[in-house]
Amino acid sequence: MSTGIETRRTPEAEVPPQLPIVDDDPISQRFRVHRSAMTSPHIHRAEIERIFAKSWLYVGHESEIPEPGDFVRRPVGGRPVFMVRGVKTGNVNVFHNTCTHRGALVCRQDSGNSKVFQCFYHAWTFDSEGQLKGVPDRDAYAGGVNFDELGLKRVARVESYRGFVFASFDPEIEDLPSYLAGAKDYIDLVVDGCGGSVEMVRGTNQYSFSANWKLLVENSFDGYHAESTHDTYFKYLVSIGTDLRGGVSGREVDLGNGHAVIEYSSPWGRPVAKWEPLFGEEARTEIERLRADLVARHGEERAHAMTEVNRNLLIYPNLIINDIMAVTVRTLYPPAPDAVDVTAWALAPTNEPAPLRHRRLDSFLTFLGPGGFATPDDLEALESCQQGFASGGVEWNDISRGMGRVPMANDEEQMRAFWRRWQGQMGAAADLAGAQ
Amino acid sequence: MTAMAPEQQAISRQQVEDFLYAEAALLDAWQLDDWLLLFDEDAKYEVPCNDAPDGDPSCDLLLIDDNYMRLTARVARLNSRRAHREYPHSRTNHQVFNVRVLDVSAGDISVTASFTVWRFRAGRSSCYVGLYRYRLRCGDGGFRVALKRAELDMTDLRSVADVAIIL
Repeated sequence: MSTGIETRRTPEAEVPPQLPIVDDDPISQRFRVHRSAMTSPHIHRAEIERIFAKSWLYVGHESEIPEPGDFVRRPVGGRPVFMVRGVKTGNVNVFHNTCTHRGALVCRQDSGNSKVFQCFYHAWTFDSEGQLKGVPDRDAYAGGVNFDELGLKRVARVESYRGFVFASFDPEIEDLPSYLAGAKDYIDLVVDGCGGSVEMVRGTNQYSFSANWKLLVENSFDGYHAESTHDTYFKYLVSIGTDLRGGVSGREVDLGNGHAVIEYSSPWGRPVAKWEPLFGEEARTEIERLRADLVARHGEERAHAMTEVNRNLLIYPNLIINDIMAVTVRTLYPPAPDAVDVTAWALAPTNEPAPLRHRRLDSFLTFLGPGGFATPDDLEALESCQQGFASGGVEWNDISRGMGRVPMANDEEQMRAFWRRWQGQMGAAADLAGAQ
Repeated sequence: MTAMAPEQQAISRQQVEDFLYAEAALLDAWQLDDWLLLFDEDAKYEVPCNDAPDGDPSCDLLLIDDNYMRLTARVARLNSRRAHREYPHSRTNHQVFNVRVLDVSAGDISVTASFTVWRFRAGRSSCYVGLYRYRLRCGDGGFRVALKRAELDMTDLRSVADVAIIL
């Protein structure tokens, strides 16, 4: 409960956990996470306060609001906000979605274009820059009310990188580029691979399931599970003539600040720019041209990374950009320890020619999304884990894979990078004694 | 009144309803190989995203956009023991109502119907509600499906998690 008088506590100043939930033992090369991290309501509350209120969180993409007055509304970190392109400034504004008068939502449509946002309750009206422009019967107020101060409340910090808009509820947070650290280069690879400008495709996947959010973080860049969990997907690839012999091989990189990536070659095709039988013979020339363009612009080495290499990128704590058989952007939030709300989109080059766009979306749907051949089985796996935790008897998850070698794409170093940052941010709240 | 071919004139709503009920029964019985036989080889099965029910598969993201080849693969997947989300299978109940035969003049027969699909598995119940759009053709042995499109009325998939079953 907030007292109104809060002293800022930095995790660094705290006593470290006596019994850490994340048991990182580099000497015996063992890494374990206590399962209370996925089940404890205390941990969940601490995560909302210490992680979701103190990180840069993805709001949306600038391409969703190209014109002045364009807006989208959605929850960010569990709080309803909306993002609107200011009519006067052209800036991307992100506001708390609440009337400064008595609280009602002022933006009540998921998307659209509007010069003004009127609260329907008492008709207070705000413009796209947040200024309070209209108060019915204003003369009824005495001098103590300063209407200039009653504009829409901006989310404390808003910055964007390559069109990806992030917000933070923490006014003291470091600037976005510093926060993104090594993840910036990987966002660059995705965007530059798309010709330098990207947009979100119309159509959103909004789904939820009954497991802890961190299981989905792990799963989103878990190379180890692909072959066993997604057998039916690989069978489908074989049935359309894909050669699986190359397998999946690559590496994983800790990008700092909890961000991490796995990068690897794969049997499946990539709209930019690796041909496979699914795309049809007629697509070969076009895909070769796309690749040649990227080589000309960025050189062979970087073009190779853009075209043939897959990336599953975590931007800590809850944004995943997977540049695989298509590019998906996925953000998640835990309304409860055993529940996660996922919102996902398809990212594509701006003004992509129609045949290429169609092929990209076709490739997306083979694997991704709630109706794809893979995502439902991931949900089953993660719900199955959560149910398994309830069985008790076993206290720890093991995340040690690859500790004794240079980590490969099917090892777990990327998950350890996430968990180390999680432990650091949770501070004393990541103590077993407090979690149980 | 425009002239219609005799076989088209003969189509009644009741015939269409009987066909849709029979299709629903095959899905509920998990007789997916038999269900697939109802589809022509150029057929499509589409489920648009909740926030874009008019989604066009050539330029918008859909939840499902199967041509016959991928629909065949979907059936093979669901028949296997490796479609973990659907092994063991859910119990489903496909309910079809408000059947309307819109147009029989252009060769294909355009049909819309409301649906409620209940899915029960491991103590959980999920309910999908929406509108079917069909394009049917008259074949030797009855109707053939050229298009089945299920447009969802729910604002999102939060209450149902996924679309791993066939709607």
